[in-house]
Amino acid sequence: MLELKKLTKTYRTGDKALQDVTLTIPKGQVLALIGPSGAGKSTLIRCINRLVEPTSGSVILDGTDVTALSSGGLRKMRRQMGMIFQEYALVERLTVMENVLSGRLGYVGFWRSFLRKYPQSDVDEAFRLLDRVGLLAMADKRADELSGGQRQRVGIARALIQNPRLLLVDEPTASLDPKTSRQIMRLICELCAERDLAAVINIHDVALAQMFVERIVGLKGGQLAFDGKPTEMSDEVLTTIYGEEDWHATIRDVDDEDTDAVEPMQ
Amino acid sequence: MTTVTLDDRLGTAWKKPPLISNTTLRWGLFIGAFAYVVLAVGSIDVNWSRVAEGLSRGWAFVTSFFNPDFVSRGGDIWDGILESVIITITSTVVGIAISIPIGLGAARNIAPLPVYLVCRAIVALSRALNEIIVAILLVAIFGFGPLAGFLTLSFATIGFMSKLLAEDIEEMSKVQAEAIRATGSSWLQWINYGVQPQVMPRLIGLSMYRLDINFRESAVLGLVGAGGIGATLNTAFDRYEFDTAAAILLIIIVTVMVLEYLSGIIRAKVQ
Repeated sequence: MLELKKLTKTYRTGDKALQDVTLTIPKGQVLALIGPSGAGKSTLIRCINRLVEPTSGSVILDGTDVTALSSGGLRKMRRQMGMIFQEYALVERLTVMENVLSGRLGYVGFWRSFLRKYPQSDVDEAFRLLDRVGLLAMADKRADELSGGQRQRVGIARALIQNPRLLLVDEPTASLDPKTSRQIMRLICELCAERDLAAVINIHDVALAQMFVERIVGLKGGQLAFDGKPTEMSDEVLTTIYGEEDWHATIRDVDDEDTDAVEPMQ
Repeated sequence: MTTVTLDDRLGTAWKKPPLISNTTLRWGLFIGAFAYVVLAVGSIDVNWSRVAEGLSRGWAFVTSFFNPDFVSRGGDIWDGILESVIITITSTVVGIAISIPIGLGAARNIAPLPVYLVCRAIVALSRALNEIIVAILLVAIFGFGPLAGFLTLSFATIGFMSKLLAEDIEEMSKVQAEAIRATGSSWLQWINYGVQPQVMPRLIGLSMYRLDINFRESAVLGLVGAGGIGATLNTAFDRYEFDTAAAILLIIIVTVMVLEYLSGIIRAKVQ
């Protein structure tokens, strides 16, 4: 479904963020991307929807070469790719509802969006999604009044209202506490399963990744260093990706006790 | 690079490294600046007998503040104030309306280089020319009256607002704007959702501040014939009617203070 072919990004400073990354992700697969800071995880995700222009190589989504699209075509293509950000990236001075509806910007004209007169179907879908992530009551709050976990739920709703085929998720749990992190990861994975979405999730927390995803890809210095099942993660693999360290506490089989994923937090 | 061992550092004093690390340059600049100030103050030529003479006139002016005359030229003052208010509001509104697109263009992070350069050139031109100079030129073109004042202040507002708006846009949170771009929004939608909410409080605050500046400036511009309360003030000075002049100045001071107070409230509300 998503194919990356020899994707390379060299920044103007000469930093080689990505080197010949080739990867195929089938429909509905949730993939975690791990690697040390500066390994190119964020760049890889941003090259897929061209928030960062790749230097060479191609990104192919369902047969369309994303890297070859004109700006109009790219806008249409971005609608197919929902993105969830580190630190949420909500527009803080807009309401929760505006933030969610902004996911429809690629589908509505300027005046409709400017006057906030979205089609009723979009508004209904926004309410449905807010209800799904447990924030229906917060619709008219300003985004900066929410807690971290709540903001990330709004971010998830914003990505899903695009009705995407693919989710690009950049460090979704980076500034959340351990419990909220699990809830957010679980929510993302459940929603992917419900909607048969493929997802690429950048994540620092290896244990958390192992808990939720079916495939882990390791990136080191802009190159693929590992590609396999979570159960194949071992001390040796982590050492190749991150360097020498005592990995015993990092890889573990964590029990999945808390099931309150959609419960709104205070 | 030599490695510093802990033993070298222990027991030695620690001081914040100076801003200018070169000692000669640091002291040279310091002494040079001091010498310049001494020489500059020494070069001011004060004619003390003229000052003594002027003091009494100045005193007459000050005392008239205790006895301002709002009445005898009341009609003129009212017309002047009204004209100033009209000049202020129209020039602020028109100036801001033009500043917004120029401000967007002058922000390096959202405008392409050619647009950026053109917009920055407009900003620089507007800021380089002082209001008084522009007013003299426009009075020469359009004649005496409020039209010249209105145009002058609109022009000055463009430089002020565009520059500060552009700077605010350049400092905005990139990731919020990026998130909107990732939804497949058009450029205008991106500005409306990703940029505007971030800069709106500052835009409103600056607009209020500029309204206040434009009112004060409209009082000065009258002195060169560009209409408004300044023209009335100028006439009062010419006739040595210090009590009327005092009344006008008091009105200006009160108006500016009221505007200042209002802008404070509005800025607190929009945060």
